[in-house]
Amino acid sequence: MAPFRPDEKCEEIFALLSEFLNGELPSEVCERIGRHIADCQPCAVLVESLRKTVDICRQFRPGIQPGPLGEQARNRLMEACRGMLAGRKRADYVPTCLLPTGNMCW
Amino acid sequence: MDRTDETELARRLMSGDANAFDAFVDHFRAKIFRYTWLMCGQREDAEDVAQDTLLQAFASFGQLREPERIRPWIFRIARNACLTKRRKSVFAPSQELSAEEFPPVADWSGLPDRQFLQAELRHVLEHSIGALPENYKAVMLLRDVEELSTHETAGILDLTEDVVKTRLHRARLAVRRKLVEYLRVRPLGGG
Repeated sequence: MAPFRPDEKCEEIFALLSEFLNGELPSEVCERIGRHIADCQPCAVLVESLRKTVDICRQFRPGIQPGPLGEQARNRLMEACRGMLAGRKRADYVPTCLLPTGNMCW
Repeated sequence: MDRTDETELARRLMSGDANAFDAFVDHFRAKIFRYTWLMCGQREDAEDVAQDTLLQAFASFGQLREPERIRPWIFRIARNACLTKRRKSVFAPSQELSAEEFPPVADWSGLPDRQFLQAELRHVLEHSIGALPENYKAVMLLRDVEELSTHETAGILDLTEDVVKTRLHRARLAVRRKLVEYLRVRPLGGG
């Protein structure tokens, strides 16, 4: 079977397919693309495969995970967080009872 | 955790809820690690960037006026931290439409819509996204993996929305092409 050769209409919508899938195009452009896809099976397959690619990417979670947070690293983060809350106190954002004290238990 | 949950977590943290600290750190550390590992390609770099991002986030939390924007705000910080650790990529996706975009062999019907990805497919996707040039990879990770909007992604990466759209499209096509190659070799749904 001879390979498919895209025509001018295929070329025209090609650059817009991601925006089409994202729902970022004006309705009249979406309708034009929809009409073309209905009559052009290779473009329909292309759109569907691109949609599946996006779906797969949205499900994608790398197999690798960060290692456990070490005590030293956690302490640094906690200190930074306490500093953040203290700064918010100075800006009157936080009720006094919720602010970090010397014995605050995170 | 969806964006509504993240917003609530940020509010709790900002109000001084002690229980929010660990949940906030665990959630965003893993999220930033995932992004930076794919951007940097090195576990150590990714862990460093995740830690640096959280430290910077706590230091500048006062700048976050709308907790609803916690996800793009954190990623903006992570992106800046990543810039110091970036790696060069050799895989540049093409932008022209050609007959190669219409492979007659690959069967996409077996790909899952809402199922967990098979380990092998996940590996292919990891490799495909990881091999993208940095500019494309950043856009794709933020738009399609983290599901941030075009506007938010443009803000994080200092790009116009049009550039985000163009790069996203090219990145998707490049990843799609890798998936096509994978499906040619190992069709899904065929046992």
